[in-house]
Amino acid sequence: MDSKLADTAGIAAAEEAPPPARAWPAIRRFFAAPSALVGALGLVAIIAVAVFAPLLAPQDPYDLMQLDIMDSRLPPGSESFAGLPYHLGTDGQGRDILSGIMYGLRTSLIVGLASAIVAALIGTTAGLMAAYLGGRAETAVMRLVDLQLSFPTILMALMVLAILGNGVANVVLAIIVAEWATYARTARGTALVEREKEYIEAARCLRIPGHRVLLRHMLPNCLAPIIVIATMQVARAIGLEATLSFLGLGASVTQPSLGMLIANGYQYLLSGLYWISFYPGIALLLTIVSINLVGDRLRDVLNPRRAR
Amino acid sequence: MITTLIRRAIQAGFVIFAMTLIVFLGVNVIGNPVDILINPDLNQAERLRVIQNLGLDQPLWRQYLGFLHGLAQGNFGDSFVYGRPALQVIAERLPATLELALCAMVIAIVIGLPLGLYAGLYPERISSRLIMTGSILGFSLPTFWVGLMFILLFAVQLGWLPSNGRGETAEFLGAKWSFLTRDGLAHLVLPALNLALFKTSLILRLTRAGVQEVVLQDFVKFARAKGLRESRIVLVHILKNLMIPVITIIGLEFGSLIAFSVVTESIFGWPGMGKLIIDSINLLDRPVIVAYLMMMVVLFVSLNFVIDICYTLLDPRVRLDGKG
Repeated sequence: MDSKLADTAGIAAAEEAPPPARAWPAIRRFFAAPSALVGALGLVAIIAVAVFAPLLAPQDPYDLMQLDIMDSRLPPGSESFAGLPYHLGTDGQGRDILSGIMYGLRTSLIVGLASAIVAALIGTTAGLMAAYLGGRAETAVMRLVDLQLSFPTILMALMVLAILGNGVANVVLAIIVAEWATYARTARGTALVEREKEYIEAARCLRIPGHRVLLRHMLPNCLAPIIVIATMQVARAIGLEATLSFLGLGASVTQPSLGMLIANGYQYLLSGLYWISFYPGIALLLTIVSINLVGDRLRDVLNPRRAR
Repeated sequence: MITTLIRRAIQAGFVIFAMTLIVFLGVNVIGNPVDILINPDLNQAERLRVIQNLGLDQPLWRQYLGFLHGLAQGNFGDSFVYGRPALQVIAERLPATLELALCAMVIAIVIGLPLGLYAGLYPERISSRLIMTGSILGFSLPTFWVGLMFILLFAVQLGWLPSNGRGETAEFLGAKWSFLTRDGLAHLVLPALNLALFKTSLILRLTRAGVQEVVLQDFVKFARAKGLRESRIVLVHILKNLMIPVITIIGLEFGSLIAFSVVTESIFGWPGMGKLIIDSINLLDRPVIVAYLMMMVVLFVSLNFVIDICYTLLDPRVRLDGKG
């Protein structure tokens, strides 16, 4: 009898164990796959480059005083008039491509993160509310979600931009409009499963207020798939922003994103000046692949059916 | 069945109606048409006259009724840039886009299906793993950048293929097509490959997943036990059962191909609807923008309608009348 009690106590203790004790194995499992390690390292490096761009970049691409039109369209490895090397060449305005990429990464990452986070907030809230409230509200939200998901993201984005006009802020808005539905559907799907579980019933029996049940009980248990989707969506948002910028609907010329840099090189492509488009494209590709590798692994680790 | 059909049709009609409202409100209320449409150099009297001519002084509900009236007749007003009815301008560009999207779809099927089948049948082989890694690249690579690299490699460095425009076209069924002439076909290759890239990866992965599921089924084991030739098992037993999801995706993705042709057309200077809409957004050619958006809404709503109906016909387990 005593030993049985101790067992129960032990189980209870295990269940109440502080998060780090449970997080460590998960983190270890995450890095067990080499692809995840590569992705995570790449991502850290990319974020570091973006954050410390002013310190790392040889040139401030926004400072017109530092640009020399005499240095325009130099191939990679050339030297500037003042003797500084242009490792990846220069563009049509004599801007150092390497510095342009470092600063462009900032714009791309900020747009990607901002739109993915806001879309996640809106979508998750809508999905959870739909699942929790049920009835008319659920039908209305889910109809809207179905409707939106039947249109390709680029069309939704074009629709928003056609109405609001060009610009970075509008691109962020367009991506949010295009992507929130994915979160809403996932959040509702997970919440529907959680809603039937005993702990929610217990919380309700204790007459815990609805918003508390939703925020403290449902949300943490629905978070795993939402985090996975959010990771992938950041990559998608960065790609979408680059595409829209390339089409001339996004970032302004004074604050170029990677897509804008690639677009700048488009006109020189036919004369064989490949580096203006090529290197920013590689940077974009590395960013997207790193995020996808991390997201892919997160999905495996956070999904109990796959991991164990 | 008939009731389902009617209910779905009513729903589709309601969606289209709702979208007219959104597009109308978006363009006329959020965006200010007076700023967009009227030359800022005009003096006050001329301004008022133009506003009156365009009907912008009317109350909003009357403007909306006018918009619906025009819509019903397919009249979106004249394009500011081309000076001809907006719908006509778009319709002229339709064959180019359709041709591009169809070719891309054919390429995606011809490449994606066999490779997916192979990767699904022999998942342990190194070549299968290479194919799967390649398909991840197909998902991750930004389409527009790949297009630029195509131009760089095949048009600039190697000089094998042209990179701009449709080339020579031939008349067929009252429209101009590129694939009927040698020159046009050469122009078609790069854009079609570029547009097909993403869909190839999609079909490949879908086929592989499907094969791995079907291979474990009892009827495949039974066919093996009967001693049927492997080629017959693959072609008849496996492939046939794969077709339903694959065909669904092909149907669903065709619409998205037309939407995504916006990017490819802009890169390769392909004179289709996608390039037109980008130009129109940049030039603020409002009638063309509205006409394009409405056309896309109708296209996608009808596409989903048809797919829903096909589901009920193909798979009797799907009953739409319960919880659609």
